[in-house]
Amino acid sequence: MKITLRIKRYNPEVDKRPHWEQYEFDMDPTDRVLDALQYVQWKIDGTLAFRRSCAHGICGSDAMRINGVNRLACKVLVQDVAPRISVEPIRGFKVLKDLIVDIEPFLEKYRQVLPYLINDEPPPEKERLQSPEERERFDDTTKCILCGACTTACPVFWYNSEYLGPAAIVAAHRFVFDSRDRGAEERLAILAQKSGVWRCRTIFNCTEACPRGIDVTKAIEEIKRQIILERF
Amino acid sequence: MAALQLAGKVDVAVVSKLYPMRSHTGTAQGGIGAALGNTEPDSWEWHMFDTIKGGDYLVDQDAAEVLCADAVEVVYFLEHMGLPFNRTPEGKIDQRRFGGHTREFGQGPVRRSCYAADRTGHMILQTEFQQCIRRGVKFYNEFHVVDILIENGRCCGVVAIELATGELHTFHAKAVMLATGGFGRMYQVTSNAHTLTGDCVAQVFRRGVPLEDMEFFQFHPTGIYKKGILITEGARGEGGVLVNGLGERFMEKYAPTMKDLAPRDMISQVIYKEIREGRGVEGKDYVYLDLTHLDPQVIERKLPDIADFVRTYLGIDPTQKPIPVQPTAHYAMGGIPTDIQARVVIDEHNTPLPGLYAAGECACVSVHGANRLGTNSLVDIIVFGRRGGRQMLKDLQELDFAPLPNEPEARAREEIEHFRSGSGTESAHAIRERMQSVMMEKCGVLRSAEGLQEALHTIQELKSCHRNIKLTDRGKRFNMELLEVLELGYLLDLAEVTVTTAIARQESRGAHFREDFPVRDDANWLKHSLAYFADGGIKLASKPVRITRFEPKERKY
Repeated sequence: MKITLRIKRYNPEVDKRPHWEQYEFDMDPTDRVLDALQYVQWKIDGTLAFRRSCAHGICGSDAMRINGVNRLACKVLVQDVAPRISVEPIRGFKVLKDLIVDIEPFLEKYRQVLPYLINDEPPPEKERLQSPEERERFDDTTKCILCGACTTACPVFWYNSEYLGPAAIVAAHRFVFDSRDRGAEERLAILAQKSGVWRCRTIFNCTEACPRGIDVTKAIEEIKRQIILERF
Repeated sequence: MAALQLAGKVDVAVVSKLYPMRSHTGTAQGGIGAALGNTEPDSWEWHMFDTIKGGDYLVDQDAAEVLCADAVEVVYFLEHMGLPFNRTPEGKIDQRRFGGHTREFGQGPVRRSCYAADRTGHMILQTEFQQCIRRGVKFYNEFHVVDILIENGRCCGVVAIELATGELHTFHAKAVMLATGGFGRMYQVTSNAHTLTGDCVAQVFRRGVPLEDMEFFQFHPTGIYKKGILITEGARGEGGVLVNGLGERFMEKYAPTMKDLAPRDMISQVIYKEIREGRGVEGKDYVYLDLTHLDPQVIERKLPDIADFVRTYLGIDPTQKPIPVQPTAHYAMGGIPTDIQARVVIDEHNTPLPGLYAAGECACVSVHGANRLGTNSLVDIIVFGRRGGRQMLKDLQELDFAPLPNEPEARAREEIEHFRSGSGTESAHAIRERMQSVMMEKCGVLRSAEGLQEALHTIQELKSCHRNIKLTDRGKRFNMELLEVLELGYLLDLAEVTVTTAIARQESRGAHFREDFPVRDDANWLKHSLAYFADGGIKLASKPVRITRFEPKERKY
């Protein structure tokens, strides 16, 4: 099918400001938007830059705004967004080139919530026991691939870059509700700060944006409730 | 894993062309094999036997012993670091069946794969990345390694391009561990990420390190038709079956005991046979993986990601309709030769190259022999990553900085400038497509002397075209086009080695099936192949297989 692909281009080496470029070509309806970007880079304009790796929604490299909505380019089929497809970088981070943004600040927020199991008790010889129910409690938030689609869909984050953002809160949730973890108190104190969960206005953009189907807003609400429960 | 062994004890850095959480380990689905015996009796010796038999006896048995004995300990280690495995009702790590894993030396299937839904690799990658954060490991993200510095028989560091700036950097190091994965992108239909282009494998080859057993490339039997996205063997472990165009469960004919859980090489070859004999679905080149008889709850809870893939990319509900699948290029059994301490070894006598280590798919230790068992790649990366890290720590007590060459970046700079300032005419994309297509057709599941010669001729022609590539992006910042041209050069080198070694091996063993030599020939070919980079071609040699406990036997499942 014939498609018109519009890409927001920006190379600080040569451009004063971002601009749109338009490409028209044929794709199979069941190709991915990523395949269309690859088509441009391979056959039309080799200067186009974007990140990609696994191409099936697991590595999290290719979060971008597709027709105004945050998606992974490898998880959207051309037929679902054609014939006019517009692609631009995710919002809220510095654009380094074309669709590539600086994700260092994003990872810095992730690191702030202590995203690792904290438990200094000597481990048993075999596994620590955990019931299937205890394991199920945090299953949803283990799916996160750190693509950044949620955080960069959040208007609070757009306005206030200090906000930890949904992705970092999801990472914290995965450990706060893990029965093996002992770091909840420390982590909740960080999440209760001014830049933490109370910035969330339950807009649900994050939940809609998540390519992994995580109930992000629910996870944020569960953290809020946990902070209240711990305090009173 | 190696970095975690070294963190806090020495000055360690991870240099990666991707952000670490983007690495391809994250896509491993079904599980990590270890004889925990949590749901039924199991023993690491059975695991060892399965690994050796699965590898069609080309496995070095001392290495398989280490792999399977250490597997138990490292799975507990991962659990202690926080990995969220699925659990049994008693709270232990749950286990499920996987291809080629048996009880009592081949008596029947055993539950050995420890899993976290169908995203075990994702959880391993996340857990390791998180622990690295905790321990303050320094990361150089989006630094693309373009040369390994080997001088006077000693590795002294690496050269990398910083993608954001295009600048070259030299990392002067006492010891270097390569954990760079595979090179499945030399094939047309592959499960491998775009970024899996064998960069460092080709770089050490160009620097004189031989490559081992490169003719053995595994095709996973159940990739989604034409897409290359895998459907884990765990789907068959949970009861899924393969069905041909006549609606027959054909694996019963070929592997009466293990049926759909026979090893991957065997199933892929059988699928090709079924298709060739006209029993593909609708006469085409695919068969069905049928999960429709399974409890939908099992699919949703134990295989959620693959259910999502099938819905997203095929618009099919796997609980209602069978999934079209085809054998898909998946895993390189061969690679950089190492010993069981993950030290890179450079000749038939296993002489180590001081300062250089390798683990995982880029390495060949060899625990996978001629065909890797499912779940053993995750075991490999953890077991040998950890052993390598520990060995580095030990060696670092004696290793000092070896002097850098005078102009360490000279070779990389020359290669880059050749393309950036050249006035070529060839299209990189066209070269890549031709390479992938000839490799798929002539050096895939079924091979013959004639087809392989044709492939060799094509690859050599493409190598000369590659020198004359036209580059449109002359900039420095995130020049992805330039990187792809370098990556294509690595792939072409490795494709040439793969084809050359496949021509030489005149027998069929594991994933290497020669239609003109259809049986295994232990008298002449029970040996590893070594390929050396040499002026004017590739020089071949061999080294013996280390057999300690299990004598080669005919392989039946």
